[in-house]
Amino acid sequence: MSSNATTAEGEAPQFYELVPHHHAPHGSTQIGFWLYLMSDCLIFASLFAIYGVLGGNFAAGPSPEHLFNLQLVAVSTGALLLSSITYGFAMLDMDEGKKTGTLVWLVITGILGAVFLRLTLYEFYHMIHEGAVPQRSAFLSAFFVLVGTHALHVTFGILWLVTLLIQIGTKGLIPANKIRVQCLSMFWHFLDVIWIGVFTVVYLMGMLR
Amino acid sequence: MSASTSHDTLASGTHAHPNPEVHGDGHDHGTRRTYLIGFALSVILTAIPFWLVMGNVIADTTIATLVIMAFGVVQIFVHMVYFLHMNTKSEGGWTMMAAIFTIIVIVIALSGSLWVMFHLNTNMMPGHIMNPADLI
Amino acid sequence: MTNEFWSFIFGRLTWDVLPLHEPIVVITFLVVAVGGLAVVGALTYFKLWGYLWKEWFTSVDHKKVGIMYMVLGLVMLLRGFADALMMRLQQAIAFNGSEGYLNAHHYDQLFSVHGVIMIFFVAMPLITGFMNYIVPLQIGARDVSFPFLNNFSFWMTTGGAVLVMMSLFVGEFAQTGWLAFPPLSGIEHSPASGVDYYIWALQVAGVGTTLSGVNLIATIIKMRAPGMTLMKMPVFTWTSLCTNVLIVASFPILTAVLTLLALDRYVGTNFFTADFGGSPMMYINLIWIWGHPEVYILILPCFGIFSEVASTFSGKRLFGYTSMVYATVVITVLSYLVWLHHFFTMGSGASVNSFFGITTMIISIPTGAKIFNWLFTMYKGRIRFELPMMWLIAFMLTFTIGGMTGVLLAVPPADFVLHNSLFLVAHFHNVIIGGVLFGIFAGINYWWPKAFGYKLNEFWGKVSFWLWNVGFWLAFGPLYVLGLMGITRRLRTFDDPSLQIWFIIAGIGALVIAGGIGAMLIQFGVSILGKNKEWDTTGDPWNGRTLEWATSSPPPQYNFAFTPVIHDNDAWADMKNRHSQRPIKGFMEIHMPRNTGTGVVLAGLSVVLGFALIWYMWWLVILSFVALIGAAIIHTFNYDRDYYIPVEAVAEVEDTRTRLLSGAR
Repeated sequence: MSSNATTAEGEAPQFYELVPHHHAPHGSTQIGFWLYLMSDCLIFASLFAIYGVLGGNFAAGPSPEHLFNLQLVAVSTGALLLSSITYGFAMLDMDEGKKTGTLVWLVITGILGAVFLRLTLYEFYHMIHEGAVPQRSAFLSAFFVLVGTHALHVTFGILWLVTLLIQIGTKGLIPANKIRVQCLSMFWHFLDVIWIGVFTVVYLMGMLR
Repeated sequence: MSASTSHDTLASGTHAHPNPEVHGDGHDHGTRRTYLIGFALSVILTAIPFWLVMGNVIADTTIATLVIMAFGVVQIFVHMVYFLHMNTKSEGGWTMMAAIFTIIVIVIALSGSLWVMFHLNTNMMPGHIMNPADLI
Repeated sequence: MTNEFWSFIFGRLTWDVLPLHEPIVVITFLVVAVGGLAVVGALTYFKLWGYLWKEWFTSVDHKKVGIMYMVLGLVMLLRGFADALMMRLQQAIAFNGSEGYLNAHHYDQLFSVHGVIMIFFVAMPLITGFMNYIVPLQIGARDVSFPFLNNFSFWMTTGGAVLVMMSLFVGEFAQTGWLAFPPLSGIEHSPASGVDYYIWALQVAGVGTTLSGVNLIATIIKMRAPGMTLMKMPVFTWTSLCTNVLIVASFPILTAVLTLLALDRYVGTNFFTADFGGSPMMYINLIWIWGHPEVYILILPCFGIFSEVASTFSGKRLFGYTSMVYATVVITVLSYLVWLHHFFTMGSGASVNSFFGITTMIISIPTGAKIFNWLFTMYKGRIRFELPMMWLIAFMLTFTIGGMTGVLLAVPPADFVLHNSLFLVAHFHNVIIGGVLFGIFAGINYWWPKAFGYKLNEFWGKVSFWLWNVGFWLAFGPLYVLGLMGITRRLRTFDDPSLQIWFIIAGIGALVIAGGIGAMLIQFGVSILGKNKEWDTTGDPWNGRTLEWATSSPPPQYNFAFTPVIHDNDAWADMKNRHSQRPIKGFMEIHMPRNTGTGVVLAGLSVVLGFALIWYMWWLVILSFVALIGAAIIHTFNYDRDYYIPVEAVAEVEDTRTRLLSGAR
């Protein structure tokens, strides 16, 4: 796109590209998706800001040390981290044109994501059962919305992953599908990045108070 | 996109890769090695903070907070480099520029909010009497 | 059928929510219904639905999408301005014990919806329309990076407008002001549908805006013609880039804040409640972190329009291109450091207030630099006083004064007196009308011939110009005076009869502005329907300097048969100066994206979802949400998204242009 069209001495300058260079199909997709991810980062930043400001407002209700189970969080963190590398293996297989390998690693990633979700939902259920509902205090509202939004993103990621499994299964590793796998890859890793923020700020710092 | 062959410039998925790091689309996809290194680093950078907190290793809360936050920041960086393949070349540097701008906005929004809200909460707490010089 | 059954189906939608007891609304409804039926009837009678659907609604052509945005913005301008007239009338007569003609329930909705419509459904669509239409042409591209997403973004914005318009006839709108501060906007103090309309209209429109931001940034990054480095881009493209960066980096915050408010209202969370640890001040803090960049989003494209107009109608290159670019980038970054000046009085104290007061003053400096650059561009130029240039001059005078009142407000102790007074109202109308609206009018007059092939009628344009300028000062000058006297904003009745004269003058000013709007509509009508159009056969009626003028008027669907190669700033001026020859043969087939109805479907489902959420129709919420996700997923299974314009078709279009160009010589 930035090919310089200056000419040699004495040559008339070229003002029109008479022989077109092709734009790579989906050439804008990666930067476009990255920009969308940056906007998603800012949604999470707002939720972190809310948690930062209101996270200490327990309203004489339950606080982190009553509620958080760090062993559980360690397991779910492990599952999500593992899913990042299994997605990486899916990408490598995709680049080598191995359709089955790609599908297998994607399925494993999806299962790990589902494990993460299951553990998060279990934690939520347990907290609500104890009376630590989102309505109880600003701390709990902020907690549920931050962790819940992350979990919602993981859910959509899994839905997208399943859709891709069908699309790769039927149409194979055509360029259009490969760019989608790349975008989901960015999405998936980004979710793990956010989770680093969540387990550090919410769970670990919560238990430090 | 169903291949209309004379118009596709992206290769289909079935060619050999002499250099698996860089592909026809100009983006870095990593190698098995870099993914494993990133994974190993991430595991360590996760395990240590968890251990620090669960084991009550550091007595001072403030220091402990700063330490685990530092580990978090480093691990985010590891993810960006080893999993998201962030570099200064990608998209002519725009990927990095977008990330840096986003980080700047996040830092401003987070630190600004904490600073502003701390002052607001302190000053506007019922019963708090403000020094007249500090009012405006 | 039991009551429970009906309330399950219809949620809290009952016959009571129809404002049948408000005669003004009933009459408005009748007029709208009759007018709407007439339009629908005419479209049906002239069998235009197929044409509209195929050529416009499903189009992914950035030019068509751009025009649709402009239509949306101009239609909503009429609605928003009607609200303004009603408020002016109320404030002019509500003295000496008179309650006026509007009760508080109605009046409070008026000032809230006026602000929401003007910002989100007039200003944003109009600037987005310009950026959509012009940027791909200016960078020598054939369309934006994501044409389908572009169409979808337009329909989502329209969807938000539909929800706002619905609130007039079904239920009510928010009575909280355009930013809906809690606790007033919380469920306890605003239990009815008003704030929910507000939330969901903005959430739907916000998705469209954010995606449009991503789209235009990617376009400018990836799709520039060869040779067009960043510092060779037209200034309007630069300001568009910075605007869309601001959009992508600020709208997510609005999305998050409105979601939290919605959670407070629907689920009973405690983000912004006055108890259980909530903090209403945090809402104000976060929403202004969005709100300040938002006003720069509104003004930066207009600065870009003015840069193009200044150079074209002075017949010279823009003065200080590099400093213009730097000023724009500096404004973009600094706009994140000033937000607290919107709530100096909330009590953060001297240290915080001084920091933000100083940053606010600093941000006026790059804007000042721009004004000087425009003046230096005009200096020793061969100025043509066409309408765009007239609007530029009016802008420089009007906006500068508005900016100065802004710097005055940036001083915290002064702001303690003037916060939420009519002085503030005058200030922001001064900069938004003098800056954004005048810029939009300049742009409309400037680029209309490009889009439609003929110039707008000059006489009616000048009538509109003078009515707007006189009307603006008549309408808002008194507000500055009243504000300095201490009068608060958003008041419905007044006790002090000595104030009435100012409100009467302001009311007259509003009527003069109404004349200006009317003249503009006449200008459009006369130009569109007129028999003696000044047809533009060259594509370059103003002797323009940027690439959009290198195409025919209107441009062909594919914009450029051959991608231009860029050597210098003001690429088209450069091409003309160096006598570049437009290729007249050797055409090739051109790769284009297909039209699609998915955008309309997804936006329509979003409107249904919003409506269902507003009225607590939970079954419909689930159904429409599932349908929305389903439609989006189904869309991804469609891989057949593009086609090729055959060589013969390209040749035919280009040969017509060749004939026109040689005929004109």
